[in-house]
Amino acid sequence: MSEFIFSDLTFENKERPLNEFPKIALQLRKDVITSLFYAGSGHSGGSLGMADVFAVMYFGGLMRYNPSNWLSSIRDRFVLSAGHISPILYATLARAGFFPPDELKSLRKLGSRLQGHPGLDVELPGIETSAGSLGQGVSIAVGMAISHRHLDKTDQLVFTVTGDGELQEGSVWEAAMTASNFKLGNLCWIVDNNDCQIDGRVHEVMNIYPLQEKFEAFGFNVITIDGHNYSQIYSTLKDFKNNSSKSEKPNCIIAKTFMGKGISFMEDDYRWHGVPPNKEQAIKALSELELLEKQIIELNKIN
Amino acid sequence: MNFEKIEKIPTRKGFGEGLVKLGEENQNVVVLGGDITGSVLTSFFKEKFPERFFSIGIAEQNATTIAAGLALSGKVPFFASYSAFSAFRNADQLRISVAYNNVNVKIGGGHSGVTVGPDGATHQSLEEISFIRTLPNMTLIVPSDYNQTKKATVAIGRMIGPSFLRFGRSAVPSFTSQETPFEIGKANILTEGNDVAIVACGTLVWESLVAAEKLKKEKGIKARVIDMHTIKPIDYNTIIDAARDCGCIVTAEEHQVHGGLGGAVAEVVVKNFPVPIEFVGIPDRFGLSGEPEELMEYFGLTSNTLINSALRAITRRDKGFDLIRHIKEINK
Ligand SMILES: Cc1ncc(C[n+]2csc(CCOP(=O)(O)OP(=O)(O)O)c2C)c(N)n1
Ligand SMILES: [Mg+2]
Repeated sequence: MSEFIFSDLTFENKERPLNEFPKIALQLRKDVITSLFYAGSGHSGGSLGMADVFAVMYFGGLMRYNPSNWLSSIRDRFVLSAGHISPILYATLARAGFFPPDELKSLRKLGSRLQGHPGLDVELPGIETSAGSLGQGVSIAVGMAISHRHLDKTDQLVFTVTGDGELQEGSVWEAAMTASNFKLGNLCWIVDNNDCQIDGRVHEVMNIYPLQEKFEAFGFNVITIDGHNYSQIYSTLKDFKNNSSKSEKPNCIIAKTFMGKGISFMEDDYRWHGVPPNKEQAIKALSELELLEKQIIELNKIN
Repeated sequence: MNFEKIEKIPTRKGFGEGLVKLGEENQNVVVLGGDITGSVLTSFFKEKFPERFFSIGIAEQNATTIAAGLALSGKVPFFASYSAFSAFRNADQLRISVAYNNVNVKIGGGHSGVTVGPDGATHQSLEEISFIRTLPNMTLIVPSDYNQTKKATVAIGRMIGPSFLRFGRSAVPSFTSQETPFEIGKANILTEGNDVAIVACGTLVWESLVAAEKLKKEKGIKARVIDMHTIKPIDYNTIIDAARDCGCIVTAEEHQVHGGLGGAVAEVVVKNFPVPIEFVGIPDRFGLSGEPEELMEYFGLTSNTLINSALRAITRRDKGFDLIRHIKEINK
C-alpha cells in the first residue's frame, strides 16, 4: 500500500502564512498513524492531539535549531516531558530533517533509535533527554532554563510539553515553583490539556482544575488557547519569543486539545491513549487525512 | 509436563483475581489506583468493590504514603503500578513511611522486566529486586506464573507487614496448578537432581524447567530446579541443601545480575556452603524496545543460556575439586 511508505518530504523552519500549517500538521498526523501501525503498539491519542502545536512550534520560524548541526551550543531546547507521545516528536524531527523519514518505520523495534519512550542512549538527533517517567522532563527543562539564563547568560529558549494527567505528579509543581522562583522568562511550558488519561477523564481520575489559576498562583504568565487553532498557537509562541528576554515570569500555555484529533473514530476518546491503529484502522485514518488534504488544497486555492 | 502445548496466561491476571478474592474475604482490603488500573488489573477490584477503590491519579509517591496512612488506620491497602514507578518513583516513601513504619502496605509492581516489551528502557524495571530486598521488614515475592501470582497476592494480603509483589505484562506459560503448594518463604523444588541446582524466579522458572529437560535428555545431567518465589525472607535451607547436594548453582532472573536473586542466593551460599555460582540475568545495562520474546533472546534469558551456564558451573565445580585434591596432595 502506497500510504504506508514514508516520502522523504521535509519542511523548512521559517516564518510562513498561517494557511501553510494545516498541510504540515496533516503530514505529521499521517506519520504518526503510519509509524504506529508499523510498531503495533504505542500512543496514538496524545500524539495526534499535539500535531498542530508541534507543526507551529517546529516549522514557524520560532524555535532556533539546525538539523545538520543539531547540538549547536546556541540552539533553543525542546524537552518532551510526556515521553509516551514520542511518535509526534519523531515525526516532527524527521520532517524537519533531523533524520530520514523512512526511519519512522522502525519505531519501537529492536535495535531502533526510535525507542518507545525517547532514550538518550540511542543518540537520535533532536532528542534532548530520555523521557517516559512522567513529570521529570519539566524539571529537566527548568534545569536547562536556569543554565541558559543564569549561567551561560544566553537568550536560548526552553520549550517543554507535559500532559494534563502528568500534572498529577507532585514533582511537576516543585518544578513550577522553581521556575518562578528563578524568574525563568525563557521557559515555555505547554500543557496538552485534552482532559484524557489512561483511566478516563482527568477531572474524574484526579481533579487538577482550575489550571489557569493554579499556574498563575505559582507565578506564571498563563494563557489558555485552542490547541488546534494555528493563529492562537502561533501568536502565543511568538509573544513568548519576543518577550522572553525581558520577562521575569515563566510562561505556561494551556493548550485545549482533543485526544486523537483529526481521526473521526479516535477523537476525544481516552481509550486511544495507548493503542495503535490496526491495518484496517490505519487505512481508514489515512484516507480521512487524505480527504482533508484535498479540502485544504481546494481551500488554499480560494484564499 | 507438556513443553510444546503449555497454556499462556499473564501473571497480572492472577494479581487482579487475587485482589478480588481478598476483597471478598476481608472488608478492610482497599485498593489505590495509579491511572493504569486496566494494565495491572486492579480494575477487577474496582468493578467489584467501587466503594473500596480510590483513584489517586498519576502520583506514585502520594499513593504509597496514603497507603501507609490507611494501614495506620487499620486497613489493608494495595497500591499497584508499573514496577518502574511503584518501586522507584516512590523509593523514599517505601523506605520511610512503609518499611521503617513497618505498616501493612502491599505494593504491586506490574509490567516488570524486559517482557513489557516495546515501551523500552524507561518502563523495563530491572533493579527493584535488589532495592526492595534491602529494605528491613519487607517481604518480596516474584511469582512465576498465573496461579502462583494469584496465590501470592492472597498470601501477602493475609499476612501482616509490608510486602512487594513483582509480576509481568505478557502471557507466560502457566505450569503450576491450583493445587501446587505456595507458602511465603518456602521455595518449591520442581525437579529432583543432584548434578546442578538452578535457582530461578519469575519468568525464568519456566526457562529453567525447559533447560532441565534438555540437560537430562541430551547430556544425562540431572538438574534440581528451584522456584525461589520468595526473595525475602529467602529460603536458607533449600539453598544450603542445593549447594551441598549439587556442589554448583545457577541463578536465573529477569533482572540485573547485580543484587537481585543471584545476589541473595550468593549471600547464603558464601556464608554457609561456598560452591561455584553462575548468574543469569541482565548484564548491568538498561533495556530497550523490542518484542518480549525478542528481548529475552537478546539478553540471553533463555533455556539455552541456562544450559551453558549449568555446564560451566559443573566444570568450575569439578575443576575446583581437582584443585582442592591437588593442593591436598602437595601439602601431604
Ligand atoms: C511516573 C509515571 N507513572 C505512570 C506512567 C504510566 N503512564 C504513561 S502515560 C500515562 C497517562 C498520562 O496522561 P496525560 O499526561 O494526560 O497524557 P495523555 O493520555 O493525554 O496522552 C500514564 C499513567 C508513567 N509513564 N510514568
Ligand atoms: Mg491528557
